[in-house]
Amino acid sequence: MENPQSEHIVRSYEEQLKRLRELVARMGGLAERQVADAVNALIRRDVELASEVIGRDGEIDALEMEIENFCVRLLALRQPMASDLRLIVAAMKISTDIERIGDYARNAAKRAIVVSQQPQLGSLNGFQWMARLVQENLKDAMDALVKEDPATAERVWGADAPVDDIYNGIFREMLTHMMEDPRNITAATHLLFIAKNLERIGDHATNIAETVHYALLGQNLPEDRPKSDASAYTVVRPPA
Amino acid sequence: MGDSMTQTTRTDAAGPGGLRARSGAALNEARIAVRELDFYYGAHKALKNINLDLPDRQVTGMIGPSGCGKSTLLRVLNRMYSLYPGQRATGQVLLDGQNLLDVGVDLNALRARVGMVFQKPTPFPMTIYENIAFGIRLHERLSKAQMDERVEWALTRAAIWGEVKDRLNSNAMGLSGGQQQRLCIARTIAVRPEVILLDEPTSALDPISTLKIEELIDELKRDFTIAIVTHNMQQAARCADQVAFFYLGELVEVAPAEQMFTAPTQKRTQEYITGRFG
Repeated sequence: MENPQSEHIVRSYEEQLKRLRELVARMGGLAERQVADAVNALIRRDVELASEVIGRDGEIDALEMEIENFCVRLLALRQPMASDLRLIVAAMKISTDIERIGDYARNAAKRAIVVSQQPQLGSLNGFQWMARLVQENLKDAMDALVKEDPATAERVWGADAPVDDIYNGIFREMLTHMMEDPRNITAATHLLFIAKNLERIGDHATNIAETVHYALLGQNLPEDRPKSDASAYTVVRPPA
Repeated sequence: MGDSMTQTTRTDAAGPGGLRARSGAALNEARIAVRELDFYYGAHKALKNINLDLPDRQVTGMIGPSGCGKSTLLRVLNRMYSLYPGQRATGQVLLDGQNLLDVGVDLNALRARVGMVFQKPTPFPMTIYENIAFGIRLHERLSKAQMDERVEWALTRAAIWGEVKDRLNSNAMGLSGGQQQRLCIARTIAVRPEVILLDEPTSALDPISTLKIEELIDELKRDFTIAIVTHNMQQAARCADQVAFFYLGELVEVAPAEQMFTAPTQKRTQEYITGRFG
């Protein structure tokens, strides 16, 4: 909000809204760490780290449940209006997005364990880069909520195209590895899914940005978000 | 708040294809149009340059802290203030194009066209039947059969006929608070007004009686243009198509209820409806 809001007359309500923000921010922070660790586990072939990621997903799920119950309670007991109403509805939506992000990170970690037992397939720079972009978007989207900064939310919302571009590149690369040698298929397929997971995480980050924008300003961003995932149409021809 | 702000919001609200009223339909044409209205209690200026449309056969909710001028505006709309010396209004209140503030306006006729219901039920100490018939006789000469029919019609429209039809000759003071208030609404609509003004009509009632009045308002807006002053924001959200927020004698914002309670444009509105008024 451009003008910071004054405090609610009912202090306990103000404290509950503050607690809601903190819960969502904590959940977002946890998800950022899960994404980072899952990709690090992949790149370093670190099975232990991957197992930690898998084990920690329960915390995110538990937070989602806590946020949802808390929001329902606030809706029932406070009859929130305007910006408060938008914040509470947004918290519910955002927690669902973060929960999905957690699931994708956990899935990537599981696959990282399988990939670590397969022969190395070229460089994983694309994954590292992609992970960094989606983490940044996720972090910025969450910061936009905490700092009440709709401009950042809008920027994140429009910043998903580079993620899609890298994903398209990885897609082609993996198909090529598979064509070169069928023994690459196991690792390449898992890597493809990991890349897809990261790409989906990026989409959820933009969803969060969209929700944050609505919560702050009460206006929806346009329905059509800039997108450039072209893998659905990609064909890689085998070498003659 | 600058006038330009208020003006912009109002235009947006009424614009075709713009914001929608609660029912999902656009706001209707104005039945009452308030223009550049100032109101004075002696030297105190209680309303400052009010511009507001009451859309035809829709409900306009008026909210704001005590003393903001919302009840004063209701009292202007049917010239109630003319009963008191030292109170005067300037500007225009147009009902079907006629300025109600003009000196020559027949106030009895006006109050039949613009009826009012108050915070506390005010039944007359007479029978239920006479409570309704009394007002009608001031304006119309009806036969006994016609009068019976009109009384039944008014009580039916006010959703109280079923509860009183077997005791029309009992004293109205014996009714419950909620029933008394519906009787007062019946009395108001009995003279077939165009506009009904409700000044906190449910603040003295229990929650179920309140819901019955709200249901009644929903029903009545098919035929009448309604303005309701309420301190209960949820009530405005439930009943009103359009909501106007007043503060210190100014109209700060007017918008379809849905927008008002999800994303008001003015900071003062936002702070008031979320309970942050400092």
